[in-house]
Amino acid sequence: MTAAMLARLLFGFGLAALSCGQASAYRAYISNEKSNTVSVIDTTKWEVIHTIKVGQRPRGIEFTKDQKYVMVAVGDDDTIQMIDTRTNQVVDTLPSGPDPELFVQDHAGKILYVANENDNTVTIIDIERRARLGEVPVGVEPEGMGMSPDGKILVNTSETTNMAHFIDTGTREIVANVLVDSRPRYAEFKQDGSELWVSAEIGGTVSIIDPVKREVKKKITFEIAGLRREAIQPVGVNITRDGKTGFVALGPANRIAVVDAATHQVTKYLLVGQRVWHMAFTPDEKYLLSTNGVSNDVSVIDVATLRVIKTIQVGELPWGVTISRE
Amino acid sequence: MVRCFAVAATWLALVSSAFAADPVEIKIGYLRTPEAKTAISLLDVPPEDNGVAGAKLAIADNNTTGRFLRQTFALEEVRLKEADDLAAAVAALAERGVTAVIADLPPDALLKAADAGRDLLFFNAGSIDDRLREEDCRANVIHTAPTRSMLADGLAQYLVWKKWRRWLLVTGSHPKDKLFADAIKRSAARFGGKIVQERIFEDTGGARRTDSGIAQIQRQIPMFTQSAPDYDVLVAADESDVFAPYLPYRTWEARPVAGSSGLIPKSWDPSHDQWGANQLQNRFVAMFSRRMTERDGNAWAAARMIGEAASRAHAKDPKAMLAFFKSGDFSLAAFKGQRLTLRDWNLQLRQPILLADGRVIVSVSPQEGFLHQVSELDTLGLDRPETKCRLK
Repeated sequence: MTAAMLARLLFGFGLAALSCGQASAYRAYISNEKSNTVSVIDTTKWEVIHTIKVGQRPRGIEFTKDQKYVMVAVGDDDTIQMIDTRTNQVVDTLPSGPDPELFVQDHAGKILYVANENDNTVTIIDIERRARLGEVPVGVEPEGMGMSPDGKILVNTSETTNMAHFIDTGTREIVANVLVDSRPRYAEFKQDGSELWVSAEIGGTVSIIDPVKREVKKKITFEIAGLRREAIQPVGVNITRDGKTGFVALGPANRIAVVDAATHQVTKYLLVGQRVWHMAFTPDEKYLLSTNGVSNDVSVIDVATLRVIKTIQVGELPWGVTISRE
Repeated sequence: MVRCFAVAATWLALVSSAFAADPVEIKIGYLRTPEAKTAISLLDVPPEDNGVAGAKLAIADNNTTGRFLRQTFALEEVRLKEADDLAAAVAALAERGVTAVIADLPPDALLKAADAGRDLLFFNAGSIDDRLREEDCRANVIHTAPTRSMLADGLAQYLVWKKWRRWLLVTGSHPKDKLFADAIKRSAARFGGKIVQERIFEDTGGARRTDSGIAQIQRQIPMFTQSAPDYDVLVAADESDVFAPYLPYRTWEARPVAGSSGLIPKSWDPSHDQWGANQLQNRFVAMFSRRMTERDGNAWAAARMIGEAASRAHAKDPKAMLAFFKSGDFSLAAFKGQRLTLRDWNLQLRQPILLADGRVIVSVSPQEGFLHQVSELDTLGLDRPETKCRLK
C-alpha cells in the first residue's frame, strides 16, 4: 500500500467518522400560529419535510415522553391535539379546558399541566386516559409552565397578576407566590434545581428565583445599542443541561441573548429573525432552534460557536418548537 | 358543588400561604357625569356603564392578584347629576376612605374635583384636552386618557407613512371640534402633512335621527366637499358627532376619510386583539355582555395602575402611589405591544395610539421611523421641551 493510498484510506475513514459524528436526524416540530399548521424540520437537511394541518391557533407544542405523539395546544378550538409522530396525522385530542396555550408534563410523561389563559386556571390531565384530573386556580392569564427537576413543584406564571405561582404537584395546591416583572411569559429551571428563571415580556427582565427561599435573588437586564428599551421583550428561556449557559429570546428586539448562567451577565446577542419567541435544543445540545414569528422562519444556532448557521422558512407566525429525542 | 368547595378550599390555602402582610383594602372612587345618549350611528350610543365597566374588570383582576397578597379592591361609584355639588361629592368619597378617584368628567369639572380633593389622587379617564396636561395641569391628576395631540399625531404619522400628505380638513363649529382641528394642524406641521384647505361644517341644529334623512345627506355631502383643491385624504374634526360619520362614501372625489370618522385614532377599540388583548376582550365580554369601549379602556388602565402600585410598592396612599408611578419601577402591561409608563413632567400615561376603522385595527402608532431620544411613544403629543406644565 502506497502512502497516497493510505492517505486516501485515512481521509475516507475520517470522512466516515465525521459523518458519524454529525448530529443524528432529529425532527423539529414547529407550531405556526397563523397558518394553523405544524412544520416538521429534518435537522440533518435543515429543511421542512412535512406540513401538518392542525386546529385553530396552534401555540404550545411538545413531544410526549414516549415520543409517540406531539401534543399541540390549539387555543381557539379549546383543546390539545395529538399528532402521531409516525404518520404525522392528528389522531386524538386532550380535554385541556378553554384556550390552552402552554403546558408541561411530569417527568414520567403521564400527567399534563395546562395553562388556560381565559379562566385563570391550570388544568391537570391524565395523558394516557385523556381525562381531566382537576384544576388549580391561579392568577390572571396563566401562561408559562415549568417543572422542577425533582418533579415536586410546578411553576405557573400569570401575565396580568405578574407572579410565579409555586404549585405542589402532590397536593395540587399553591404553596408560594413570587412577584416578578410585568407580563411573565416563561419559567425554566436549571437542571440541578438551583435556580428558576422567569422572563417578563413587558418588564424587559428575567428574574432569577431561588427555588428554596422562593424569592427573586437577581434580575437579568438587557441593553442593546440602538434599540429602545420597549423593544426588548424577553419571552423564551432555555438553559443548557450543565447549567452554564442560558439563552433568552427577546421578541421584537430580533435577538437571542446568551447569558453566563453563573454570573447572570449577557455575553452576546445573536441576531435572528423578527419577533423571536420560543426555542428548543437538539438533544445533543449542538443546536438551538428559535421561532421567529414576524419573519415566518426558524433560526438554527450552533451552540458551541454561538453563531446563527441557518434560517428555515416555515408557516405563518411560527410560535413554539419541540424536538424529537432521536 | 364539590368543585365549589374544592376551589374555596384552595383559596383558603392560598390566603394562608400568602405573604405575611396585614390585609389591606383599597377603595377606588369613580366619578362621572351624564353622557350624551344620542349619536349619529347607533353603534356609537354609549352603554349605560361606559367606562365604569372597565374599572370593574380591572378591579376583578386586581382582586385575583390581591388574594395572593391579602389586598382587596372596592369600587365606590358616584353618578353626578348636572346640579350636584362636585366638591361635596369628592369630600364624601374621601370620608368613605377612598384614596384614588377615577374621573370621567368634562375638563372644568375635573379641575374642580381635583382642587376639592387635594389629598386624593385622580385618574382622568374621560377628557382628552391638552390643557389639563399643560397650563392647567395638577400634581394630583394622572391622565390615562390620551391627549388630542397624541391622537392627532398617531393619525398623522400613519398618513405620512402612507404618503397621503395632502389633507382636506373639515372642522365642526363647536369649540372641541376646533381644538381637534388645531391638533391636526400642529401634527401636519410637525410630520410633513399639508392642509390644502379647511372647511367649516356648521351645526345648524336638528335631530340626529330622522326616518328619511339619508336621502338629503346623500346630496348634501357631495356638494359640501366639491371643488376642493387636490387632496389625498379628508380629515374630519367633528368630536361633536354632527357630520363626520356621513362623510365616507359620499365625498365628491373618491377619497378616504380619517379623523372623527373612517380611520379613527383611539386609545382602545372593541376590535383590538393583538398582543394578548384578545384575552382582556374575552374577559370583558364574559363579564358585561358587550364590547369594551375606549372609555372602558382608559378606566381599566387607571384601576390597573392602582393595582400595580399596591402589589409592587404596597402603596395605597396617594403620595406613595404617585412616587411609585413616577419611579423607574412602574410600567403597565396594557396589551398594546409595549410597556406604558408615565411622563413625569405632566403625569400623562405614555401609550401607543390605535388606528381603527370600526371593524379592525388598521395600524398602531408610533409608526416605524419616527424616532425619539427617550421613548418613541414621546413622538406622540406634546413633549417635555414644549410643555407648559408646572406640577404643583
